[in-house]
Amino acid sequence: MKKGIQHSILAASMSLLLSTPGLMAADTIKLGVAGPHSGDLASYGIPTIKAAELVVQQVNARGGINGKQVELLIEDDVCKPEVATNTATKLVSDGVHAVLGHICSGATKAALPIYNNSGIVVISPSATNPGLTQSGDYPNFFRTIASDDAQARKEVDFVIDVLGLSKIAVIHDKGDYGKGLAEFAKSFLESSPKAEVVLYEGVTPGAVDYSAVVQKIRRSGAEAVIFGGYHPEASKIITQMRKKRMKIPFISDDGVKDDTFIKVAGKNAEGVYASGPQDNSKNPLSAEAIQSHKTVYGSDPGAFFENAYSAALAILNAIDNAGSTDYEAIRKALHEKKTNTPLGNINFDAKGDAVGVGFGMYQVKNGVFVEVK
Amino acid sequence: MDYFVELFFSGLTRGSIYALIALGYTMVYGIIGLINFAHGEIYMIGAFTSFIVATVLSIYGFPLLAIVVLAGFAAIIWSSAYGYTVEKLAYKPLRHAPRLSPLISAIGMSIFLQNYILLAQTSDFLAFPELIPDLDFMEPYAHVVGTTDLVILATTAISMLALTLLIKFTRIGKAMRATSQDRTMAMLVGINVDRVISMTFIIGSALAAIGGMLIASHIGQINFMIGFIAGIKAFTAAVLGGIGSIPGAVLGGFVLGLTESFATGYVSSDYEDVFAFGLLVLILLFKPSGLLGKADIQKV
Amino acid sequence: MFSLKETKRSALISLWFMFLTFPVLVIKVDAIEQTVYWRWENMLYIGLGSFILSIFGKIFFERQKSRRERQIAEKIEKHSLIQRALRDPKYLYPLGAAFFLFAVTYPYLFSTYQINVMTTALMYVVLGLGLNIVVGVAGLLDLGYVAFYLVGAYSYGLLNMHFGLGFWTVLPIGALLAALLGILLGFPVLRLRGDYLAIVTLAFGEIIRLIMENWNDFSQGPSGISNIPRPGLLGFDLTLDQAITYLYYLMIVMVLVTIFVVNRLQNSRLGRAWVALREDEIACQAMGIDKTKTKLTAFALGATWAGMVGVIFAAKTTFINPASFTFLESAIILAIVVLGGMGSILGVILGAVILILLPEYLRALSDYRMLAFGAIMVSMMVFRPQGLISNVRRHYHYRPKKEQQK
Repeated sequence: MKKGIQHSILAASMSLLLSTPGLMAADTIKLGVAGPHSGDLASYGIPTIKAAELVVQQVNARGGINGKQVELLIEDDVCKPEVATNTATKLVSDGVHAVLGHICSGATKAALPIYNNSGIVVISPSATNPGLTQSGDYPNFFRTIASDDAQARKEVDFVIDVLGLSKIAVIHDKGDYGKGLAEFAKSFLESSPKAEVVLYEGVTPGAVDYSAVVQKIRRSGAEAVIFGGYHPEASKIITQMRKKRMKIPFISDDGVKDDTFIKVAGKNAEGVYASGPQDNSKNPLSAEAIQSHKTVYGSDPGAFFENAYSAALAILNAIDNAGSTDYEAIRKALHEKKTNTPLGNINFDAKGDAVGVGFGMYQVKNGVFVEVK
Repeated sequence: MDYFVELFFSGLTRGSIYALIALGYTMVYGIIGLINFAHGEIYMIGAFTSFIVATVLSIYGFPLLAIVVLAGFAAIIWSSAYGYTVEKLAYKPLRHAPRLSPLISAIGMSIFLQNYILLAQTSDFLAFPELIPDLDFMEPYAHVVGTTDLVILATTAISMLALTLLIKFTRIGKAMRATSQDRTMAMLVGINVDRVISMTFIIGSALAAIGGMLIASHIGQINFMIGFIAGIKAFTAAVLGGIGSIPGAVLGGFVLGLTESFATGYVSSDYEDVFAFGLLVLILLFKPSGLLGKADIQKV
Repeated sequence: MFSLKETKRSALISLWFMFLTFPVLVIKVDAIEQTVYWRWENMLYIGLGSFILSIFGKIFFERQKSRRERQIAEKIEKHSLIQRALRDPKYLYPLGAAFFLFAVTYPYLFSTYQINVMTTALMYVVLGLGLNIVVGVAGLLDLGYVAFYLVGAYSYGLLNMHFGLGFWTVLPIGALLAALLGILLGFPVLRLRGDYLAIVTLAFGEIIRLIMENWNDFSQGPSGISNIPRPGLLGFDLTLDQAITYLYYLMIVMVLVTIFVVNRLQNSRLGRAWVALREDEIACQAMGIDKTKTKLTAFALGATWAGMVGVIFAAKTTFINPASFTFLESAIILAIVVLGGMGSILGVILGAVILILLPEYLRALSDYRMLAFGAIMVSMMVFRPQGLISNVRRHYHYRPKKEQQK
């Protein structure tokens, strides 16, 4: 506790020092970064801060945008809708010009009307709920990640057509993202004459043991498992499946297509399939982004880092192209002008989804994700 | 039948962990009547300590057996130290405060410890090294019960036996029983109650550390939030068995673990927690002080 | 004033903390790269920090002790000063008026963000006052209070989605549904005491949330209900800023109504029955109080407020999903009641304002926000175990008949 207080005083005085120039130099471009930075989902939000810091550092070193420096306003929303509305009003009150975030779909849904009302563009690296773009309710929303239904389609097609399997167990983590994806996968499987869903279940995230569910998968006679959710649960399930000597294929989503998954699941990760943005390893920008993360923070980047990096580049580039921070101009630039990012050369369609962010299926081979051709 | 046995073993594994953590809740409750919400965090710190020590030792090339033993000891020592310190800082000053004040202090402590680990280590999930290698002779049964499951069961059994002996036959055990029966009276007969309370926290924390290390090597990953759910479940187990009763905590842990496992197996894991909590409500309706709890008779 | 012995003690404490934090703070390992980072500087900070803090802590406790000894008589005087100020119309009215004026002009003085945060705090004031009936007054420890809050929020979300019912229609419905649920929960747990009651209410809260999470056809599961309309004002189209301000005033009215009702309740026949129940169940029954009815009304009335605030919550965030109604939420509401001072209305208000505004203002600490929050919660309990404002029970004096009939 002692350390906490000592650090708090330090942090408080630091933030005072830091905030004063921000107030005086009003001529900056303010980019809000919102997401979970504390609590159980912090590991999905913090990489986005780092991505934003790296991009902004780079942009500012080049002399900023339209002669203005970019300033980051980082706010925590703990992935909770009710906190997200506070976060959003805070950012709006602080006069942000654009927002990178939020991370969770639920928090994003709660926050978007507030930004929309104030004419602020929001670009999320990770909110995948289809309704965010497809409902047309949020014209100010953009994202650098594909929506759940597109991904579920990809996974189902892969299982049926490429792997040629028909008895599928669909498992999810009861969460906003995982369950949404699993629902789509289930309905696609059910509408296909070639496949059937033999088991559809949710596991409790954070439970101490998943062997009961694993036994149930075995008993269902499933030939493959489609899992909707994030990598911690995926690695727990795959570890226990392998421990119980089950060797059926495991197919998951881009919440799992993350190097942390391979690190945590270790040798059990071998052979796991996951859908994700198309292979970027040949893209020099991607390598550069990861390398700069390593040099600056001394570690490998975390979840959604590349999406966040790309989103930050895209939004700042759009402001640059628009020549101002005008809402309509930024939107127009995002729709029309392409930006070179680690995810490829992207712009956004009328609904706000990134165009040119293709999807691929990956398989873990020798400790790395390799695209399945 | 096979399926039943499989579920039974997975329930036992879960139950052992719940039981190990539940003991800490029940002992503390028995002595100072406090629901120690920070106990789940002690379990998490135990897992982290063993993770750190095991990884460091394996980097320096120690043999597996030495790693397991040293990591286990480190986890026990530091978890106990945290349990002891938490009691001194957050509960001892509140010993004569209104009943609910230490509860809030405990919730605050739990939030503090989670964020302390988050800041000191990482928010990411970390791979926990495999400390328990698969034994060859277990291979034919691996699809039913793994080596880790057996190790968890055995370790739990040994820990409980040791605890029972400690409580039954040692001086400090007797002092603990006396204190839990009547604190004022214990003080009058010359028992150092402060020391007994400290010992209770230390023993409870040590058991939680064992649980933390076992489960982390079973599921292969750790994170700063793992204490929260495990803590709530263990607390449920403690109440189920009758809070304050040591055999009750063990029984409660196993009942809860088996219920969850069978609910998942025969109904749906969507509702495993609903079954677990539902069972709790049901049992308390018929036995208002838990399975083995003493009915508390109120005198007027 | 600082002896060698004290310094030695502080040095020992700092050594202990250096040992305690050693593995977690000093070592950081990377299992993949097979490297170990030794961060010895952290140990130095901890050592210095805990040394200084333990000296300050010692001085503080010494001072507090000597002051308490000196002022035992005075302290009672001082204590009753706040209480007297509250009782005495001469102080109460100007104070109340000043507060009221501040509350009314608040939206004109501060930004939308501040209004929004304050609205949240006011919601928790009402939640705290509601839970206070159950925990503070009737002495029934409820760890699943958030279930009623959820029921309110979902009744608005679902009734609006399916039947297009408006905010004002659902407000009483939500309250009623929550109250019914309160009674429903109350029945089976009548026999339980103390902490057994606590765990059953906790279980109950979790069950309700899990059902919402899993029963997709009914509640849309974890993806939640979005686009819930904000409350309308006589058919006007409000902009976002206006809507936020409007909600703020709505909450002010709500808080005032709650305070009035809760205050009247506490001093009513029923309120006194609750207190009797809290103090001694058996004696209370012996006095002829219907235990069942008293407990059930406590649950139902407590739940009513949560239901209403739930409806407002759904209208405020415009989006709800089960993730907002976890056990931690119940714990925070309980912390508001205990931290403020159980049974005291003013205490609960203070508690809510502190616990809800604190994390918002601690945003300046960024990463250290929740760490500081936890530490403050612990230290507030340690320094003021009885809560910020402890409740002074109203005393009833026997007066001659003539005066009483007045």
